[in-house]
Amino acid sequence: MSGKLKIELGRRYRFAASHRLHTSQLSDEENCRVYGKCDNPFGHGHNYVVEVSVSGEVDPATGMIANLADLDSFVERHIIEPFDRRYLNEEVAAFRETVPTTENLCIEIFQRLKNFPKAKLERVRIEETGNNSFEYSGELQENPGGNRP
Amino acid sequence: MVLLTRKIEFSASHFYHNPDFSPEENRRVFGKCNNPHGHGHNYTLEVTVAGEPDPVTGMVLDLKELKEILEREVMQRMDHRHLNYEVLELAGQIPTCENIARVIWNLLEPKIVQGKLHRVRLYETPDLYADCYRNGAKSQ
Repeated sequence: MSGKLKIELGRRYRFAASHRLHTSQLSDEENCRVYGKCDNPFGHGHNYVVEVSVSGEVDPATGMIANLADLDSFVERHIIEPFDRRYLNEEVAAFRETVPTTENLCIEIFQRLKNFPKAKLERVRIEETGNNSFEYSGELQENPGGNRP
Repeated sequence: MVLLTRKIEFSASHFYHNPDFSPEENRRVFGKCNNPHGHGHNYTLEVTVAGEPDPVTGMVLDLKELKEILEREVMQRMDHRHLNYEVLELAGQIPTCENIARVIWNLLEPKIVQGKLHRVRLYETPDLYADCYRNGAKSQ
């Protein structure tokens, strides 16, 4: 039995948004080949589920790592308000140049939440659909951009 | 190493109240959860054990045995109970998801002798959970 006990709090949030996977660094044919249906110029949408994990000491006075009301209002302000019912490519500055794949969305959301003052952000996990999920724990120092192909 | 997870559900009531806080402070910090009449949840507990499969049985540990440990240590203590009044191990603590997960970890860790307790995840609702594990172990 080695190592101190560690407690994390996980909370799930939801928003709905549209996006199009397309990069100006590839030709139209290549975009179509790489992104398939997701390259549709009209865009398409998802009901995203964002799972936010934070860690810290459990305050004996409250029994909590962080007050949920504080976490909820921080996520509401930094994620839900700017992302819910939006077209990510046009309405979120970070995605004007970067492809809004859910990998990049994880990184963007992690960057926006990492300064939560009441606990340490451990991980952001996003379900794009019930069958696809992506996780980011901040290992990359820089946003690598969206040009994976 | 292989991870094995078993899930159980229990229902219990609780409320949040710190006797050292004023009534206003209790309401401010704990909000609706401060209602002295209490309220309840269907908790879902996921217990993950890590180990090497036995070469003869192919098992990390016998699931029947894990089921019995969870029945004895968790279900009998917490299912259809009031967590503030009826669970000795939570006495003097606010029965938040974080504290309940830690109590469950402390109850289970010494009982699991085949394999090693890797993670306890306790869902209070489908959108809120606490994870408990030893530092150094990966949280997934």
